[in-house]
Amino acid sequence: MPANGRKKGKDPVLVVIQLSGGNDFMNTVIPFTNGTYHDARPLVRIAEDKALPITDTLAFHPSAAPMRKLFQDGKLAVVQGIGYQNSSRSHFRAMDIMHTCEPNRIATEGWLAKVVRQFDPDGTNPLTAVNFGRGLPRALAAPGVTATSVGDLDNYGLLTPIQLAQQREEDLEVFRRMYTPAVGSGLVMDYLSQTGRDVIKGAEQLKEAPRAYRSTVEYASNPIAKSLRDVARVHTSGLGTRIFYTNHGGYDHHAQEVVTHARLLAELSGAISDFMQDLRDHSASDEVLILVFTEFGRRIKDNGSGTDHGSGGGAFLIGDRVAGGLYSEYPSLEPSQWLNGEDLRHTFDFRGVYGTILDQWLGVDSEPIVGGKFEQLKPFTSTLVA
Amino acid sequence: MANDRIALMAHLMRRAGFGATRAELDSLARRPYEEVVEDLVNPERFPELDDKVLARYYPHLMNQDNPGVWNGRWFYRMVNSKRPLQEKMALFWHHVFATGWTKSEHTPTMVQHIEMLRRNGLGNLRTLLVELSRDPAMIYWLDNSENHRDAPNENYGRELLELFSMGIGNYTETDIKNVARAFTGWTFEQPIPLYPFGHYPARFVYRPEDHDDSEKTFLGRRGKFNGEDIVDIIVGQPAAARFISRHIYNFFVADEPQVPAWSITPPQDQAAIDILVESFERSNGDIRSVMRTLFYADFFKETRHQRVKSPTEFIAGTIKLAGDHQYPSLGLVALDSAATVMGQKLMDPPTVEGWHTGKEWIDGGTLTERVNFAVETIKDPAKPGIQALMGRLAGRKKPVTARQLVDACLDHAGPLEVEKATRQALLDVASSGGEIRFETEKARADAQARIVRMLTLIVASREYQFA
Repeated sequence: MPANGRKKGKDPVLVVIQLSGGNDFMNTVIPFTNGTYHDARPLVRIAEDKALPITDTLAFHPSAAPMRKLFQDGKLAVVQGIGYQNSSRSHFRAMDIMHTCEPNRIATEGWLAKVVRQFDPDGTNPLTAVNFGRGLPRALAAPGVTATSVGDLDNYGLLTPIQLAQQREEDLEVFRRMYTPAVGSGLVMDYLSQTGRDVIKGAEQLKEAPRAYRSTVEYASNPIAKSLRDVARVHTSGLGTRIFYTNHGGYDHHAQEVVTHARLLAELSGAISDFMQDLRDHSASDEVLILVFTEFGRRIKDNGSGTDHGSGGGAFLIGDRVAGGLYSEYPSLEPSQWLNGEDLRHTFDFRGVYGTILDQWLGVDSEPIVGGKFEQLKPFTSTLVA
Repeated sequence: MANDRIALMAHLMRRAGFGATRAELDSLARRPYEEVVEDLVNPERFPELDDKVLARYYPHLMNQDNPGVWNGRWFYRMVNSKRPLQEKMALFWHHVFATGWTKSEHTPTMVQHIEMLRRNGLGNLRTLLVELSRDPAMIYWLDNSENHRDAPNENYGRELLELFSMGIGNYTETDIKNVARAFTGWTFEQPIPLYPFGHYPARFVYRPEDHDDSEKTFLGRRGKFNGEDIVDIIVGQPAAARFISRHIYNFFVADEPQVPAWSITPPQDQAAIDILVESFERSNGDIRSVMRTLFYADFFKETRHQRVKSPTEFIAGTIKLAGDHQYPSLGLVALDSAATVMGQKLMDPPTVEGWHTGKEWIDGGTLTERVNFAVETIKDPAKPGIQALMGRLAGRKKPVTARQLVDACLDHAGPLEVEKATRQALLDVASSGGEIRFETEKARADAQARIVRMLTLIVASREYQFA
């Protein structure tokens, strides 16, 4: 049993993959038989015979074959046409809205941080939420909530620039002593002490993950594959992590979309497929749900090289308890239906997707977190919560 | 007492600039405090930093479009400028008038914005607010280019009052609408087209045909106000004096709660704010006068280590301590990445509200980044800052005891005052190898390693997180 006393396994776990830059949903799940699609995108369109059909009218991008396989296996749900009223075209603002569920005002508490607060109200396990990447995403940030951000799992922790292992161990002990809370030293000083000690505690537990992990899955050598392998290593170590977060960047293809998007989707879908296989090999897939989301979709018409910021994106829910298929509706391509004459009109509020995950998968009341009641999906064959 | 003069000077230079080396502190402390303050508040006395030298070293550093490169150049200025307060004021106003790159993705216009802050940072608030309202980066950031005579957009008008000058509760929604109308026609143009020339700074343009010239009311006054008239009225408001004074206190003295809480939480030191307000009102909003008042004030001199360093201050101060980046190098760009992962990408604040400061700079991830950055920066004994301390200790010509080692390193890194537990932990480390000597090559190598270790532990301490 791991050090924190938690039984390995069966609490539901959420893995969030953020596609940063605004993934082009239309070129990911493609209306490949639609004339308007081909007319609007003379440059970036995917030819009908190249796309990988999943229905008579929709197909995956040719680079996303592993994703189509998951779909055909019934493990991948496509949530079509995600968005919200007055979708923002600013990366920052849009991502902020996705992270805080507050489209109309600036908020600083992340939706997942609120979940962490419920799972671990006293902050006893700094690994309840783990982000892979440098800098904590706003979704995981809120006052009083501890989440761990790992840039490099194999070399994670404080004082890593100190290369001699023995000296580093000794210096970490000094660090722990220096970060001892003392009476009368003030709130901020105490907070620093707590944070410093949490980091050490988290790092010590995380150190075990790479040691225990064995796998036959060979992940590709790219950042998202590396991140998902890290998720697998930590998840299979049973450290009590309930929320994993990672980022796949580069989706802001105003230019050179044809080449770039193909590479990104190949990396992403390959990594997810390897990750799922790895979890299954460890009998650790049953409790995992993957959410793939992005901050916005892109303009219907291409700009001669790529596509500009738009709306009406899409998300994927992936897992062995997911009832694969298409959810919500594909936004209409009928020009009279275009939002502002140029965008996909969203058909499903993103807060309904979060709500679905919170209420049905994680067993957490969604209303106070997403700020209201939103229509939900039924994308699970079964879940681990009542 | 000599040591207190050094400590006071170090405090002044941390607040009014980005720190100073021990050698600089020695020479500053020999001069009257007031004289040093006058030099700080009168940056024109010193030559401007020739940052074109960067181009001669590395043409890459002239890349117009990459904000990371420009932020690296800004760090170079922070540590090398002979006008430290000018750079600090630019950073201060950047915190207050938080304008971001993310929306425009237009680097030259953001660079122009920061230069505007640098130019006007110690001037009159009126000039600064007018320049701010004419600044293309701001105009685009808060949609004033969408603020038309027949279709007003309130975004800039609202934030000008709420976030840039007075704070919520000191005006009505009607006032906001009237301010928006007064700024109609204030927009920008792009003199050189983006395609195929790339990004060049946008420039302000006033379009009288798009300006609403009708009568307006604002804070009880009535007239055919234009933007400048609105700024005039704002600068005369007691609320503006209070709001700007509290911002100055928060940035230069001690952490206050986050700005949105100011309308309900009173300042921690009302008497201090009153002193600044009085100076603001007496000088009709002259920021240089307010800063002089601040640096002379006892509350300023006494309130030390009461602010969590911003990532920018943390990085610049640590570089200064190590003696890094006295000359241009490509490593400057890495400082931008370091600041970003610590939560402060310059020229790109998260929202118009600016960065949340104080305790909120710190979480497990950012603390790790800070500590590791500082350790990485300090651990190389060849760096000038480490060599200086080494020379100082070796110069005593006597063996150095554990206590002396700890004291000398704390003095070098601040001077820093630390809590008992920290001090004891450091003393135990220092005691473990006996006295430090310098007679032989081997002894000197050992001394160097122990000094570096002591300094890396100090920059990893809690106390070092405070400015």
